[in-house]
Amino acid sequence: MRSKTWHLVFIALLALALASGTAGATTPAEQLAALSAQAGTAGDPARGQRLFTSKHGAEWSCSSCHGALPTQAGRHASTGKPIAPLAPAFNPERFGDAAKSEKWFRRNCKDVLGRECSAGEKADVLAWLITLKP
Amino acid sequence: MNMKSFALLLAAALLPAAARADGERLRPATANPSYQQECGGCHLAYPPALLPAASWQRITADLGKHYGSDASLDPATTQTLTRWLLLNAGSGKRAREAPPQDRITRAAWFQRKHDELPASVWQRPAIKSPANCAACHTGAEQGDFSEHRVRVPR
Repeated sequence: MRSKTWHLVFIALLALALASGTAGATTPAEQLAALSAQAGTAGDPARGQRLFTSKHGAEWSCSSCHGALPTQAGRHASTGKPIAPLAPAFNPERFGDAAKSEKWFRRNCKDVLGRECSAGEKADVLAWLITLKP
Repeated sequence: MNMKSFALLLAAALLPAAARADGERLRPATANPSYQQECGGCHLAYPPALLPAASWQRITADLGKHYGSDASLDPATTQTLTRWLLLNAGSGKRAREAPPQDRITRAAWFQRKHDELPASVWQRPAIKSPANCAACHTGAEQGDFSEHRVRVPR
């Protein structure tokens, strides 16, 4: 237990150092490490997929706009505008800027869950998205 | 002021109005990368001239409740974008009054321009909504709404 805590602290410090050195630019893996450290537990891809594809009492799930498998373009559920793939292996622009990721998590979680997502929930979703490979 | 410089000044003042008068060529959202990035994620970053200033004022004042979605931004970005939208808001005959719910698609001119289209066309999977300008207006991202560039998907 103790060594796991230190492991997380190390990851958090590493993520912080990398993020501060490059003014917002990060990689998906660094963002996942930072979210996992914040949550105190590693992101769980299976839990992330469940959160992403389920409705949570409101009209939409994440999949309503991003598709059940966000490896290809989705379509906005109300405006119809195409939305570029969300999985980072299929769209290098995704999860390259921590502030941008936070902004979209904040807004979209409010639409889907009626509240902001916890760091653990965000880590789960990102962990799943990272597992999606061509 | 001599006659020549007066004429130049007059031409400069009238030019933007003339460019907007036909409504086909509008200042595109791409003129402002921040607007494009912040507002163009979920829908076409609509050319600001398509709504009057009063509509933009109301929309940007309540981005947390934006037509059923949370579109909130940090205060600094909201302020910068609001200023730009108000500066470039519609000023011609189309913008004389704010459309119902500040929706471009509810404006009288919008409905007149699209009155030949049956409801079934809007519902086609590739279109889905009248808000999806770029589905048919292939130059919409560049602010070009000319009829010559309309391709209605089957």
